[in-house]
Amino acid sequence: MMGLGNLSGRVLALHLGVVALLFALQFVLPAYHHGIMARILVLAVFAMGYNLLFGYTGLLSLGHAMFFSAGLYGAGLTVYHLDWSVPAAFAAGLASGLVLSTVVGFLALRTTGVAFLIVTMMFGQVAYLFTLYFGDWTRGEEGLTLSQAARQLGPLDLTDPTTRYFAALALFTVVLFVTLALVRAPFGRVLIAIRENEERTRMLGYDTFRNKLGATIGSGVICAASGAAYVLLFGYFGSSFAAVQYSILPLLWVLVGGAATTLGPLLGTVLMFYLIDLSNDLLNSRFPDWDVSYLGIVGVALVLLILFFPKGLLGSIRDRWVRWLP
Amino acid sequence: MADKRTSLLLPKKQGLTRRGALKGLGAAAGIMAAPGFVRYAQTQSSEPIRIGFQAHRTGIGAAYGRWYERVTMAATQAINDAGGINGRPLEIVTEDDGTDPKRGAEVVEKFANQHKTDVVFGTLFSHVVVGSAPAAGELKIPYYVVSEGYHVASGSLNRYVFQPGITDVKAQVRAVGPWIADNLGKKITLVFPDYAFGHDHRDKFPERYEAAGGQVVGLVPIPPTETSFTRYFPQIPSETEVIYHVMVGPGVLTFVKELGEFYGSSGPKLFGFLDSLEAVDIASPGLEFLEGSHFWEAMPRYLQPDASDAAKAYRAAVGIDDNGASVNDPKDVSTASHMFGCWETLHIIKQAMEAAGYQGPADRAKLVEATEALTSFAAGAAHPQGDKVFNAKIHQSFGHQHVSQVVDGKLNVVHTTSIEDGMYEAEADYTTMPL
Amino acid sequence: MAFGPYFFLATLEGLVMAAVLALTALGLSLVFGVMRVVNVAHGEFFMLGAVLAWAVASSISGHPALGFLAALVISPLVVGAVALASERLVLKRVNYNPEATIVATIGILYILQQLALTFYGPDARPVVAPFDYRIRFPWFGYSAYKLSVIAASAIVLAATWYLLSRTKIGLIMRATQFDAETATAFGIPVDKVYAGVFALGAMLAAVAAVLIVPIQQAHYLMGHDPLLLSFIVVIIGGLGSLRGTIVAALLIGLSDGIISVFFSPTLAKIIATMAVALVLVFRPQGLFGVSAR
Repeated sequence: MMGLGNLSGRVLALHLGVVALLFALQFVLPAYHHGIMARILVLAVFAMGYNLLFGYTGLLSLGHAMFFSAGLYGAGLTVYHLDWSVPAAFAAGLASGLVLSTVVGFLALRTTGVAFLIVTMMFGQVAYLFTLYFGDWTRGEEGLTLSQAARQLGPLDLTDPTTRYFAALALFTVVLFVTLALVRAPFGRVLIAIRENEERTRMLGYDTFRNKLGATIGSGVICAASGAAYVLLFGYFGSSFAAVQYSILPLLWVLVGGAATTLGPLLGTVLMFYLIDLSNDLLNSRFPDWDVSYLGIVGVALVLLILFFPKGLLGSIRDRWVRWLP
Repeated sequence: MADKRTSLLLPKKQGLTRRGALKGLGAAAGIMAAPGFVRYAQTQSSEPIRIGFQAHRTGIGAAYGRWYERVTMAATQAINDAGGINGRPLEIVTEDDGTDPKRGAEVVEKFANQHKTDVVFGTLFSHVVVGSAPAAGELKIPYYVVSEGYHVASGSLNRYVFQPGITDVKAQVRAVGPWIADNLGKKITLVFPDYAFGHDHRDKFPERYEAAGGQVVGLVPIPPTETSFTRYFPQIPSETEVIYHVMVGPGVLTFVKELGEFYGSSGPKLFGFLDSLEAVDIASPGLEFLEGSHFWEAMPRYLQPDASDAAKAYRAAVGIDDNGASVNDPKDVSTASHMFGCWETLHIIKQAMEAAGYQGPADRAKLVEATEALTSFAAGAAHPQGDKVFNAKIHQSFGHQHVSQVVDGKLNVVHTTSIEDGMYEAEADYTTMPL
Repeated sequence: MAFGPYFFLATLEGLVMAAVLALTALGLSLVFGVMRVVNVAHGEFFMLGAVLAWAVASSISGHPALGFLAALVISPLVVGAVALASERLVLKRVNYNPEATIVATIGILYILQQLALTFYGPDARPVVAPFDYRIRFPWFGYSAYKLSVIAASAIVLAATWYLLSRTKIGLIMRATQFDAETATAFGIPVDKVYAGVFALGAMLAAVAAVLIVPIQQAHYLMGHDPLLLSFIVVIIGGLGSLRGTIVAALLIGLSDGIISVFFSPTLAKIIATMAVALVLVFRPQGLFGVSAR
C-alpha cells in the first residue's frame, strides 16, 4: 500500500537531498534568515496541505485559512487557557483540524468547481467571524501570546532558534514524505484521476466522494499541523490568520512553486517571502522617500513569472525539461 | 541581573543616580533618572544609535503610518540637532510591516538579527504589537510601541515591551467618563467595533462614568467587516442622552455621516473618540452635523490659543499647519492625537539610553532597567503633549486628555483632564519577570 | 425603536446593499460567465473607479453634480482602458489558463493597489453626492441619494439585460459563453470578444464604484469586500443568469440586513453567511443556473 517502496531512486534522492540541504543550511544561514527559514518551513507545510487538495485532487478552495486557524487556535487556546503541554496542545490542534475538515468536507463536497470555491470561502468567513465572536476567549483580531515558559517540549526550549529550526524541519520532513507517499500510493492515483476526469473515475467503480473527503481531511489536518506548529513555535495567534488573505496565500504559494509538485509549495513559499523582503530592502536603499512599497514590485514579478512559467516554477520545469519530477 | 523588585509606582522625588549604582543595584526599587540627567557616560563610539522603526507603510494602517513616519523623522532631526544620544547621532531604519502581525514579528527579527538595531519602535496597530511582542521578548530587544492599546498595561506581553509615550485606552476612557456624566448626560449608549479595541472601550469606560452618576443604557457592537452602519442605529435606546462612538478604519466617515442622516439635528448628544476621524478633515462634506458635538483628543489637532511654546515648536517641526493638516497639502490631515507619541517616545528612548550609559546591543537589559527607573516626564520640548507619569510595573505612561467641541468645523479644547483622572491600579508587574 | 420601523429600516438598508451588490457583481458575472476565468483583480477595478471618481470630482469646481457626472463618464472609460491593456498584455498571453490567470490577476491587483497608494495615498476620501437631501420618515431620517442608487442600479441592470438579450453584441457574447469552440467555427472572433468582455466588466465595476463613493469613501484597499461579495452573488445566482444575479443580491442584501434585527451583529453575520453557504450546498448549480460546464 502506502510507503516509499515504489519510489524511484532519483525521486527519493532528490527529496532526501532537499532535506539534507535544509539541515545543512542551519549551520550557514545568518541569524535573520535562519529564523525566517523556520517560519517558512512551517508555512510551507500549510502550502503542502493546500496542494494535496488543490494540486492533486483539483479542488480549488478559498477557505483553507480555517484549517490553519483550527490548528492555531486548537493549540493556542488549550495552552493559554488550560495550560496544556506542547504535545497535548499540538494534538488538540490536529484534532480541531480533523473535526473541522470532516464537517466542511461533508457539506462542501456536495458542490464542485466554482461553487466549491465559494462555499469554502464562506465557511472560511464564518470561521473568521467565530474567532471574533468569541473575543472574550480569543481577544479577536488583537490576539494572544503564549509565554516562553509555556512553549517547552520536555527539555527542549521551542523558543530557542536552533531547536525551533529543527522542530520546523522535522515537521516539514514528515509532511513532505507523507505527501510523497500519499500521492504515489493508489489513493493518490485515484485523486489525480478525479482531477483529470471525475465522471470516468466514478464509472471505473471508485467512490469519488469518499476519496475526495479523504483528500479534504488529509489536507485539513496537514494545514492544522502547520497552524498548531506556528503558534507553539512563534507564540502568537490572532484573527488575522483566519482572514481570507491566509486562504489566498497558500494558493499563491502553490501556484508560484508549481501545483501538483511535491516541492513546489516549499519553493513558492520561499520565493514569495524573499520577493517581498528583498523588494523592501531595495526600496529602502534606493528610494527611501518614495511613496512606493513592495506591492508594485511583487505585482510586476508575479505577472512576469506567470508569463514565463505559466504552470509555476516546478510545474513548467517538469513540462519542459525534467519529466520525472514528482 | 537582579530582578526582585519591590514597590509600585516609584517615588516621585529622588536624587540623581549614577550608572555605577544602576549597574550595581540592577532594577532595584527607587532608582530613577530625573529628566535632565544626561550625558553621564562619555562614549568612545560615534557610531549612530540605530532605531528600528516598524512602520505601517501598507495595509490598513497606512494613513496613520505615513504620519508616524513624518513625526519620527522630525523627532530624529530634533534630537540630532541637539547633540544626539550620548553624543551619538540617531539613525532610523524603517521596515514596512504591512499592518500585519505575522510580518510584524518577522520585521522585529530583521531589526534584531540583520539590521542589528539597538531597539525597535513605533508600532501603532494593536494586533501588530501583540503579534510582534513574542519575537521582541525572545530576542531580548527593547520594543517601544506607540499604540494606545491596553495590551502593554494589561501585563499580557513581556518585559521588553514598553508604551511610555502615549496613554493607553483604559486610562483615556476613564479620564473622560466623569466629564461626560457631568456635562453631556447621564444615559449613554456605546457604539464600538466588535473586536478587542472596541471591547476595551466597552469594558473600561463604565466604571468611572457610573461612579459619577451616569448609566450605560445601550451597547451597540459593530462587526469589523461592516461598511454600512445605519441598520445598527435602531438598537440605540430612545432614552439615550449621549451616544458614545468610536470606530477605526476607512469606513468611519460613512459611520459618522450615516449617524447624521439618521438623527438629523434632533438626536442625542454625541461624544466621539477622534480615532474615528484621524486623517479625516472635520470639514468634509456630510460631517456638518458634528457641529457642537464633543470629541476626545489626546493632543489638539487645531492650534489652540493657549498652546505652549513646546507644542508650537513641535507643530512646526513635524510640518502641520494651524488646522492640523500638512503644510504642503491642506487636504492631507494629520493623526494628531496619536502621532505625538512617536516624538515623545524617541525622546524617552534618548533619556533612558543616556541614563543607562547605553553603548550597544549588549546593554539592552540595562536599557530595560533604566526605562523602568523612569517615573515621570515634564512637559516641554521633549513632551509637547504635556507631562506624564510612568508606571514601571506595567510599562505604561499616563497623561492628560482633552475634550474638544466642534465649533465652525474646528475642534476647540473645552476641558483637560488631570493625569490622576485616568490612572488605575497596576494589574501586573513586568519588573518581576526575568530579563 | 419599535419593531415595525426597525424592520422597515433594515429592509431599506438591505435593498441599498442589494442594489450595490448587483451592480458590482454584474461585471464579474460577465467576465466569469463568458471567459470562465477568476479575475481576482476585479475588486481593484472597482477601487480604481472610486479613486478616479474622487480625482475627477475634486478637480471640477461648481455644483457637486457636475463633478459627479463627469466622474460617471470619465472614470469608467479610464478603467476600461486599463482593463483592456491588462487583458491584452497579460491574460491573452497566458491563454486564459485558469490557474495562471489567478496568479496573473493577483499580480495586477498588487500593481493597481500600488498605483493607488503612490498617486492617491492611503487616506479615505469622500466624494460629494450630486444632491443632498434627507428624507424624514416619522421614526428616522434617510439619505435620498442612497435610495437613488437603487434606481440607478435598476437602470444599469436593465441596460445590460437589453445589451445581452436584444443586440447582436449580446448574441455574440452569449454564443461565446455557451461554447467558445463552436463560436470560433462560426466566425466569431472569440479573442476580441474576450477583450471586450473583460473591459466591459471592469467598466461596470467602475460605474458601480462611482455611484457608491458618495456613500462610502474611496480608499486604496476598498476592492477587497466587493470582490468576495460579488463572487458569492454570481455563483449563488447561477452562472450567466442576470435574473439569478439580481435575486442572489436581494437574498444576500436582505438576509444580512434583516437577520441583524434579531441577533447580535457579529452573530448575525455568521448566521447570514452560513445560510447563504447552505443554499449553495444544497443547490450547487445556484438558484437559476444550469449546472456549470
